[in-house]
Amino acid sequence: MNAAYLIVALPFAGALVLLFAGRRILDPVSGWFATAMAAGSFVCTVIVWSTLLGRPSTSRSVDKTIFTWMPVGSLHVSFGLQLDPLSILWSLFVTGVGSLITLYSIGYMRGDPSFSRFFFYLNAFIFSMLILVLADNFLFSFLGWEGVGFCSYGLVGFWFERNSAAVAAKKAFVTNRVGDFGFMIALFLMFQHFGSFNYSVVLAPLASGHATLANSTATFISIMLVLGAVAKSAQIPLYMWLPDAMEGPTPVSALIHAATMVTAGVYLVARAAPILHFSPDAQWIVASIGAGTCFLAATIACVQDDIKRVLAYSTVSQIGYMFLAEGSGDYQAGIYHTVMHAFFKALLFLSAGSIIHALHDEQNMKRMGNLRKYLPITFPAFMVGFLALAAIPPFDGFWSKDEVLAAAWHKSPVLWAFGIATAFLTAYYMSRQVRLVFWGKSRWNSAAAAHGAAGDTGIPLSPAAAHGSAAHGSAAHGGGEPHEAPRTMTIPLVILTVASAFGWLLNANFAGLDFINKWLAPIFPATVATPFTVSTGTKWILGVIATLVAFGGLFAGMGLWRRAVDRPELEPAFLAHAWYIDEGISATVSGPLARMATRFSFVVDAGWVDGLVNGVGRSAAGAGRQLRRLQTGYVRNYALAIGVGTAAVLLYVSMRAGS
Amino acid sequence: MTTTGIPLLNIIVFLPLAGAIVSMLVPASAAKVWTRPIGMAFALGELAFVAYMVADFPRGKAGFEFVSSHSWIGQFGISWSLGVDGISLFLVAMTALLFPVAMFGPSWKGNPRSFLAWMFLLEAACMGTFLSLDLFVFFIMFEVTLVPGYFIVAGWGGNRRNYAAMKFFLYTFAGSAFLFVAIIALVVLDAPHNGGHQTFSLITLAKVSSSLPHADQVLIFCGFAVAFAVKIPLVPFHSWLPDTYTQAPTAGSMVLAGILFKLGAYGLLRLGLYLVPRGAADMGPVLLTLAAAGIVYGSIVTIMQKDLKRLVAYASIVDVAFIVLGFFAFSSQGVTGGVFEMVNHGLTTGAIFFLVGIVAEKKGTLRFSELGGLAKATPVLAAIFLTVVMSAIGLPGLNGFVGEFLVLVGTFITHRWWAVVGTTAVVTGAIYMLWAYQKVFHGPSLGSDAKVTDISWRQIAAVAPLLVGIVFLGVYPKPFLDRVTPSVNYLLAHVEQAAPNAHVPAVTTRHVTFNVPANQNVLSTATKSSKVAGGSGSGAAGTAKPAATSKGGVG
Amino acid sequence: MSVPSAWYLVLAAILFGMGATGLLVRRNVLVMFMCIELMLNAVNLTFVTFARLLNDIGGQVDVLFVLVVAAAEVVVGLAIIVALFRRRAAATADDIHILKG
Repeated sequence: MNAAYLIVALPFAGALVLLFAGRRILDPVSGWFATAMAAGSFVCTVIVWSTLLGRPSTSRSVDKTIFTWMPVGSLHVSFGLQLDPLSILWSLFVTGVGSLITLYSIGYMRGDPSFSRFFFYLNAFIFSMLILVLADNFLFSFLGWEGVGFCSYGLVGFWFERNSAAVAAKKAFVTNRVGDFGFMIALFLMFQHFGSFNYSVVLAPLASGHATLANSTATFISIMLVLGAVAKSAQIPLYMWLPDAMEGPTPVSALIHAATMVTAGVYLVARAAPILHFSPDAQWIVASIGAGTCFLAATIACVQDDIKRVLAYSTVSQIGYMFLAEGSGDYQAGIYHTVMHAFFKALLFLSAGSIIHALHDEQNMKRMGNLRKYLPITFPAFMVGFLALAAIPPFDGFWSKDEVLAAAWHKSPVLWAFGIATAFLTAYYMSRQVRLVFWGKSRWNSAAAAHGAAGDTGIPLSPAAAHGSAAHGSAAHGGGEPHEAPRTMTIPLVILTVASAFGWLLNANFAGLDFINKWLAPIFPATVATPFTVSTGTKWILGVIATLVAFGGLFAGMGLWRRAVDRPELEPAFLAHAWYIDEGISATVSGPLARMATRFSFVVDAGWVDGLVNGVGRSAAGAGRQLRRLQTGYVRNYALAIGVGTAAVLLYVSMRAGS
Repeated sequence: MTTTGIPLLNIIVFLPLAGAIVSMLVPASAAKVWTRPIGMAFALGELAFVAYMVADFPRGKAGFEFVSSHSWIGQFGISWSLGVDGISLFLVAMTALLFPVAMFGPSWKGNPRSFLAWMFLLEAACMGTFLSLDLFVFFIMFEVTLVPGYFIVAGWGGNRRNYAAMKFFLYTFAGSAFLFVAIIALVVLDAPHNGGHQTFSLITLAKVSSSLPHADQVLIFCGFAVAFAVKIPLVPFHSWLPDTYTQAPTAGSMVLAGILFKLGAYGLLRLGLYLVPRGAADMGPVLLTLAAAGIVYGSIVTIMQKDLKRLVAYASIVDVAFIVLGFFAFSSQGVTGGVFEMVNHGLTTGAIFFLVGIVAEKKGTLRFSELGGLAKATPVLAAIFLTVVMSAIGLPGLNGFVGEFLVLVGTFITHRWWAVVGTTAVVTGAIYMLWAYQKVFHGPSLGSDAKVTDISWRQIAAVAPLLVGIVFLGVYPKPFLDRVTPSVNYLLAHVEQAAPNAHVPAVTTRHVTFNVPANQNVLSTATKSSKVAGGSGSGAAGTAKPAATSKGGVG
Repeated sequence: MSVPSAWYLVLAAILFGMGATGLLVRRNVLVMFMCIELMLNAVNLTFVTFARLLNDIGGQVDVLFVLVVAAAEVVVGLAIIVALFRRRAAATADDIHILKG
């Protein structure tokens, strides 16, 4: 079990080395080094997993305290790892997908002047994410939670010369901080009620049924935790940062903003399931947020032109599914979908990265087209990802989404209706994307020329551009043909393609193949998630409906986008502007709120508060200015004053004496 | 009580004074070459003595250590009396660490002899304030800090330095008038309770002043509070701060923000809570409200600043409001967090002002509208700056988070809504700090950065100790907390005993015994006799028990 | 034959009044100086008178003190006046008003 320490130690060591020596390690070496660290971490995770597997299912939870962090009075927080089915499952796909994406990045980031910095952040991210999931208490987990936020900040703003990237990074961090506000309040409440943050103290008695929690307490804690989860997982109302976060390099989008970090909220809700159990209200909130988000984001995804923004909104939408499942009480389904989503969404992003790479930084789908002829590996990979996301059987998404929808149906048909509508939209926008990118006329010649013009601004847009000009000379901008990426990039694609096609076997709900369900069973006993069954008949009906709807969306997308590229009637402005929500908030913040703050700074503070202080000083000076007139400088005036004063005193004394 | 052969605390107070005198006496002809090495020797020597003191300080003890007491003006009960406990220990350490960095890190022009002399005088006065166990000595030291502060700002400051220095001096001096009156009142009013003997001794006063009439305690506390609120400064007494910190030279800003701030906060704890606990308990909600309001107000005002140094100065207002919030939560976590924040803020703000000075040196301006994209030319500076910014924001794993979290959690269990208001700083802090960072380091570079070089090795070496402190205290604050918590719990027990309505939840006198020398014990004997083992304030025993057993303590 | 004490006191009062008036109305520094001397000696006269009247030697002792102080004052005062006249031949008291606020 000591391999557990190595799980976190390897990426940590990698990050440290790259931080201090990164600028001395040359271009590909630091990438390989980081990949080795991530892969080593994955191997260690597998070792720990197999060790746990060898134990009876009831004793698969091991707590390893590293050292005491904050001991103050009754507060006692440690750095400690909890190895249990939930944390190990998450670690497995974080390190697994993480290693693949680190490997992919070696090719993608080649030639970037800050190559090592990128891999420092990647390793630091994997480390933080592992802390998040492996911690044995909420506060240590919060350290990882913030750590991934920090790495996300550094990676979204990786090309910081671009103002848009710098702004997006800040927006992501600040939005997450709103969630952290909730998380911290939840921590305070937890300390007040349990006197601890440790899972073994807070959660274990609740999970085993030895303790109960007042409904109001459970509701408060849950809502505050969910606020944190909502920010991290980009759900309503804090989802706006994720599409903007696509300013980061594409591997970052794949790793952080699709596969792992954004699912941290899903993890947190699953982890806090014993608390949520005592608050049906909170469960409804989670389910409603999930249902609302998955639908809203899907509608927006239907009209985006940027290949990565489509995928970003799709991520928001898919995480909505996960929340929907968790809110409906079927945590396993939510986690199943999380894992499947990690596979196919990472695949989609990496393929998209490969496409962007091939087109020298073109991200607008309307300037792509016909790429299936040029990208022999990327094309099938993307197609598999597409089919998995669109929930076409028998690919990953179909199976996990089926379970989510069944749980939603059990909770409420209304929630299910949102889910099934989203399923249609998902298939629609993905087939639109595939149609625009891989079929039709090739529109990228003009695009490359336009890019060449854009390049004159002197701001390097990405290393792919740098790489492009290095590999092909400046002529590449004019009309170089799209080309397949190097092998470091295609190998991860192939592995993820296989995972997206067959990963569902990890939890197929027939023939006893439901490994994930069985593995997670000790985490979600009946005292945590009230078991329910949806009858086989209903499941069949729901599954058939979902399949039909998915195919319907697929045909709709494929059909409607067969020829024309510009179809404004299918892209209403209010969707293109994402329901004006983001713009509305921006206008409020930069308008009235900024005016108010300015008034505070320069009128209230500089004027009133400081004015009062200076006013005291000024009035003292003014009084002095008046009084100085008495000081004539003439001796006789002073002498007269002395005389008069003396006379007055004498007069007073004599009158007092007389009376 | 630890007794060592050498008068350690006296050395710590007088060594910088000797440094001041010696640096003045360096002959003018040799000044250019020799002043700095000599000053460096004194500053590092001081640091070595302080390091020895920290290393020798026993953990788990609540009383004053290394006490040195000599009668001075006997007929008024004034003595030269020094001592250090868990609360002042790390403030002294931080002072000794920050001064060498401030003296030798930033570059400054002008006469090195007088600059170093003023700095050393300031260091000696700060040390004296933190270490004094006599109100008279405290007051003198507290006031003496103003003189070098004034001359450093007025002599080496920016364009409006005279205005800023004058404002700084007059404003804080006006506040001190209240302190002086409160001290005299306390001493005179306490004399009848002390067998008719006047005394300025902190410990004796703490023992007897709980028998003062309630109204007197409140008035005296108000006197302390006004004086220290100006010094800290709490909103709305803060308006001297932005001018002073913006105009001060880099070294001046570092020590002013890093240490002089703390004198006020420390005074609030040592004089306010310790000497007039009932007054403190009664006025606690007022100060909590001021602190919470200060956090919100300070955040809003900070966000809109147009100058990097001014923004950092305003951000300090928010940070110190956290300290006060923690103190008046009257919980073990809150007060310990407040003490922790004092040290944190010294390290973090010291480092920030240092880095801001470097930015000013490189770009010749600190206006946001004229800055941008500096990370391209100075990647190492940007990385260090980002680390410090993250510490200021409160990223877990760095020191800022530990203090902020302890303060907030400690406040939450006693005064929930104040803590909720305070927690908003988690969001606003990120907004203004990251905005500043983005403006300076991100985006396309403005102006010509071709000649801009990265941070030099000398500067890295200067800031490195602060960075180490930032990371170490964030990851492993236990050695620190183990030494602070007993003193804090003891102080809280004292408050609770004097004012049973003060809502001190995490530590109760019934449950805790304190390791305090008999002649220092200010708790009444009735409580000491009813010792019950176990309970929540286990920090006093040096071993913390699993929190689950102490549910009652936090309910 | 003895003069009644009241006469001495009246004389002293007249002398003091002359001195005080002179100090206030004259601008010649030397004259002002002499006026001060006049007032001092008026006081001395009062002291002596009362010493005789009350048969208390203390009053006469005070006179000695006043004489000594006056002598010292003359030394300093004349020095200042001489210094003043050296700088400006026709100086009056009103010319020296550096202390004007």
